[in-house]
Amino acid sequence: MRANCWMGKTMVSVQDVPDPQILNQRDAIVKISSTAICGSDLHLYNAFIPTMVAGDILGHEFMGEVVEVGREVTNLAVGDRVVVPFPISCGRCFFCKQQMFSLCENSNPNAWMGEKMFGHAAAGIFGYSHLTGGYAGGQAEYARVPFADVGPIKVPSGLTDEQVLFLSDIFPTGYMGAEMCDIKPGDTIAIWGCGPVGQFSIRSAFLLGAERVIAIDMVPERLQMAQAGGAETINYNETNVYEALMEMTGGRGPDACIDDVGMEAHAPGAIHAYDRIKQAMMLETDRPHALREAIMCCRNGGIISVIGVYGGVIDKFPIGSVMNRSLTIRTGQAHVQRYMRPLLQLIENGDIDPSFVVTHTMSLEDAAHGYEIFKHKQDNCIKVVLKPGMNGRASTMAREDDTIIH
Amino acid sequence: MAARQQDTSLSNATNYSSQRFQPGLPSENGKRLARGLGWFSLGLGITELLAPKFIASISGVSPRRTGMIRLYGLREIASGIGIFAQKNPAQAMWSRVAGDVMDLTSLGIACTAPDAKTGRITFATANVLAVTALDVIAAKQLSGGKKGVHASASCIVNAQPEEVYRFWREFTNLPRFMEHLESVTELGEGRSHWIAKGPAGMKVEWDAMIVADEPGRVITWRSLENSDVDNAGAVRFEAAAGGRGTIIKVNIQYNPPGGVVGATVAKLFGEEPNQQLEDDLRRFKQVIELGEVVVSDATIFGVGYFDQRPAQPPAPGELERAESLPPQVPAGERPLGRSAEEPFAGRRIQQ
Repeated sequence: MRANCWMGKTMVSVQDVPDPQILNQRDAIVKISSTAICGSDLHLYNAFIPTMVAGDILGHEFMGEVVEVGREVTNLAVGDRVVVPFPISCGRCFFCKQQMFSLCENSNPNAWMGEKMFGHAAAGIFGYSHLTGGYAGGQAEYARVPFADVGPIKVPSGLTDEQVLFLSDIFPTGYMGAEMCDIKPGDTIAIWGCGPVGQFSIRSAFLLGAERVIAIDMVPERLQMAQAGGAETINYNETNVYEALMEMTGGRGPDACIDDVGMEAHAPGAIHAYDRIKQAMMLETDRPHALREAIMCCRNGGIISVIGVYGGVIDKFPIGSVMNRSLTIRTGQAHVQRYMRPLLQLIENGDIDPSFVVTHTMSLEDAAHGYEIFKHKQDNCIKVVLKPGMNGRASTMAREDDTIIH
Repeated sequence: MAARQQDTSLSNATNYSSQRFQPGLPSENGKRLARGLGWFSLGLGITELLAPKFIASISGVSPRRTGMIRLYGLREIASGIGIFAQKNPAQAMWSRVAGDVMDLTSLGIACTAPDAKTGRITFATANVLAVTALDVIAAKQLSGGKKGVHASASCIVNAQPEEVYRFWREFTNLPRFMEHLESVTELGEGRSHWIAKGPAGMKVEWDAMIVADEPGRVITWRSLENSDVDNAGAVRFEAAAGGRGTIIKVNIQYNPPGGVVGATVAKLFGEEPNQQLEDDLRRFKQVIELGEVVVSDATIFGVGYFDQRPAQPPAPGELERAESLPPQVPAGERPLGRSAEEPFAGRRIQQ
């Protein structure tokens, strides 16, 4: 089959690889109809996440048709159309039973790597380094899906791929970011980052009862999309974020702040240079500018919800602000399986149509081009969907023709 | 008054000590002796460095040898520092023994020199021999703990101690999660025959007997005579707090033999025996909770750093080379940790 493989820093290539097969009794094989490039794939692309090996198949947002099931998978049949959640979860361990699926104790064979890096390991994730298990990802024609009786959710044929695909990651992730804010009626929520996850946090915050959402980014088309979702916006390249937020909230600060940015934050001025240098010298692995700012801006007794991905250690963390002002920090990789069914219900009810976030659809063969435009935010790119079925001519010539701009 | 039940198998200390799994710690006597010899080293070294002619004269060595005596002084100072710098100075003590051999050799050579003062050299040799004896004693005492290799690890599983005990007590189950075990055969009367896989088709075999066996609590075993590798192990089962399953604690000790078998055994247990045992226990947890070992594309040949292959599906030939795959699940067997499945219906969204 064809699959998009990580070959080194900022190098991906679509290659011929063996077809997947059932290795465990609860596996299913899914023929992929749509798969997306996630913002967190850029952390791999930019080689900020360790334990990648050349040839690793990328991709953890995918859906398609079940073509084979292991003998213990009884809830799925060949032909079912399913969306696959990015965490791989056994459904039977201590954490899965508490619905903390991204902390599954059994799905990460390389747990020792996580123990060395983080003290404890988290669940396996598709196509997301060996630290999270070393599972082949879903930017491919087929994928092996372990614990298929727990993860994949069947979707009705009346909904398009673009409407349900994001149940695999960014919709539940953005939603959990908002849910962790314990939103009460009348709350003002500030959201750092208006990438795809930020967009879903904005809409989820409103769904959960927020009165005002203030979104922070610097990319004009992302800010526009945030406004379309009902948010007020701050362009951090033009405005001092702290001053703007204090003015908008009468000096009290937002009730909760969501960090939808993670480890590769940008910031104006010297602090960005400081973090870039420390990161380059391996003195810190992550650039936590958004997180620092969110902490300083949050109102006393408020909540900091960290859903953007961090990978290692940071520097100049304002713990004094957190402690003296009774802040609560909540965080985690999304427990996607927990949210898929209720969020599908919202989509079916017409409360939200996640396809708004898609800006580019192209053939899987053009994955490398998709990564480039997504990374550099060229061509107003916000979200790229790759179609293994689409007629892609695997050459640069094909790009112009195959790229549909919405 | 009911007699308190005596626990013969475990030290029931409630105060956790990180040393409890390392029975072979360096002896206090050896340490004290080593410290004395360390001061001796420093004193002699400084004298040799600053007053080599004096040393030459009292030991009867030719005064033309002062350059070499100065070098020996540096060596003495280095071993002295080594003794004080290391927590367990066994290595520094063995280097002192090596230095003693050098001294003795030099004194032997000095004897043959035309201007040798044989009487003084004999006196010096006797002194060095006495010090050598002390060095060997200290080095041996300090190395006592290094003889056996110990590994310990623990894990927690979602099953009752009795169930987990029963699974482990069936030793033929062990190769399902212990990567290096090829087979265990029950011989009856608490005896069993174990075969471990080595590199290049090598096999290491031993017979073991059960030493203690308390259902739901503990199993200990040790190898019998004529084993390829002398070894012993203990596995304990404790109910986790709050009824959250069972905590399993495993200790394994083995004395590596010499020769080819020793090299094979060393390879088997690798550089980090604790890590290997932890990986085995992780697979044990998977077998108990899920009924089989979970494999990812990257870990088909094992979970070690050098076992990783790219995260892409294996080619058919590759899968055949992966010895542990596909995981052998006896047909019809259900995992212990499996409770009645209640389908997860998602939860309500507050709106």
